Amino acid sequence: MFDKYIIDPATVRNTGPDDAPDGFAFETKLGYYRGLRLSMVEELNVGIDGEVFARDAIRFDEGVGPLTLDEMETTYDRRWAFGAPATVFVRCEGGFPTGDHTLTLQQKLRISYMPFPSFNNDEKQISFA
Amino acid sequence: MSKIKRGVSLYSFQEEMFLGQMGVEDCVSFAASIGATGIEILPEQNMPTFPNLSDAQVDQWKAMVARHGCHFTAYDMFLDTKLRKDQLMSDDEQVESIVRDLTLCNRLGIKNMRVLVFVRPDILGRCVPYAEKLDVHMGVEVHAPWHLEHAWILRTIEEADRLGTRHLGILPDMGIFMKHYPPAFRARFERQGARPEVAQFIVDSHEAKIMAEYTIYEVAVKMQGNKAEVAMAETLRHAPYANPKRLADYAPYFHHIQAKFYEMNEDCTDPAIAYEEVIDALVGCGWEGTLSSEYEGNRWIQDVSEVDSREQVRRQHVMFERLIAAAETKHSTMEPA
Repeated sequence: MFDKYIIDPATVRNTGPDDAPDGFAFETKLGYYRGLRLSMVEELNVGIDGEVFARDAIRFDEGVGPLTLDEMETTYDRRWAFGAPATVFVRCEGGFPTGDHTLTLQQKLRISYMPFPSFNNDEKQISFA
Repeated sequence: MSKIKRGVSLYSFQEEMFLGQMGVEDCVSFAASIGATGIEILPEQNMPTFPNLSDAQVDQWKAMVARHGCHFTAYDMFLDTKLRKDQLMSDDEQVESIVRDLTLCNRLGIKNMRVLVFVRPDILGRCVPYAEKLDVHMGVEVHAPWHLEHAWILRTIEEADRLGTRHLGILPDMGIFMKHYPPAFRARFERQGARPEVAQFIVDSHEAKIMAEYTIYEVAVKMQGNKAEVAMAETLRHAPYANPKRLADYAPYFHHIQAKFYEMNEDCTDPAIAYEEVIDALVGCGWEGTLSSEYEGNRWIQDVSEVDSREQVRRQHVMFERLIAAAETKHSTMEPA
């Protein structure tokens, strides 16, 4: 319902030392009309030009502190609020590649009243100098 | 004074709220400006600290709504039975979660709680003593493709009757009265590649009230429909036109209505949902409660145009005023002197 808005392309940035970035980060909103506890965010699949990063390369932080996706599975006391940006960190040697690239994100959410998971997909063109 | 009150669910402004263009008070202020003074909230959407609300926060909410001359009508609860990946919530945990919502609902001074349709009737039966004590009506959302006489919905009615309670019943979502296929749906599927002639076939099949599975088979197999065409045909599974006359039979079981809509015409008519029949039935049986706007059109148009939820809701309320007045005139002249 909010797919086209879930990546904020203006927030893509490198992480780690300026001269030797070890990853990148960007802000994302939950593609759902209410907040969810983190245990119900099953996957955050990040890709560049169709190449999807490994699950353990991803960290998530809604503002309280970074977590791996495995840690999120049992995080029942933290909530990703409706419309609130959270940060996704991606481990990626050298940081975000320079030039024009397509950044993709798929959020897989476990919604109790739905018989199947909810998939929310966005892609944005990123020009990184 | 009409028995039917007008209101708005904050769900209607999800696009603008998600994007940070409107806050909750903007929504309430707008609702007041069109005379839709009943406010339905989704605490898990509208209250960032949910489920933790201090007494001060509760007071601020009440004061904010009152400042605009509005009042709360309904509280939309959720139940995360799949909170854990590998183990469903136990029955006791489900009851505990629902009681948590009943308690917050009561603290906010709200009398109607919208219960998700998938919640088991026997679980709700266990919650009835709490609902009675807190004086909150638990209304199971009758949402398409369920309808008023679906066997699953009748289980809740039977549970309420068995317990002899006035605090358990239903809460109809008007999406069950889809008389015509929404033009906004069709337009988006055509943008996604549905051929106009196939889209017309699907619309015609819906108009003729042909059972969805026939149309899906025709489109998917016989016409070799593309992805958008098959997806459009599959929406028919969730596009029932239930009989609005049945509302009168179940009127004692609901006090609030989610007035679902997808798009309003410029002349303030709804191209899809049978509000004329619905409001005639409600006035005819003397139903008392709130018609609460639930605009859900944003997801069908946001790929091509700006969403203006306020204008859509405004048009729906112009229609409500017109239809309520017409039905009241009709039914008052029908009554014996």
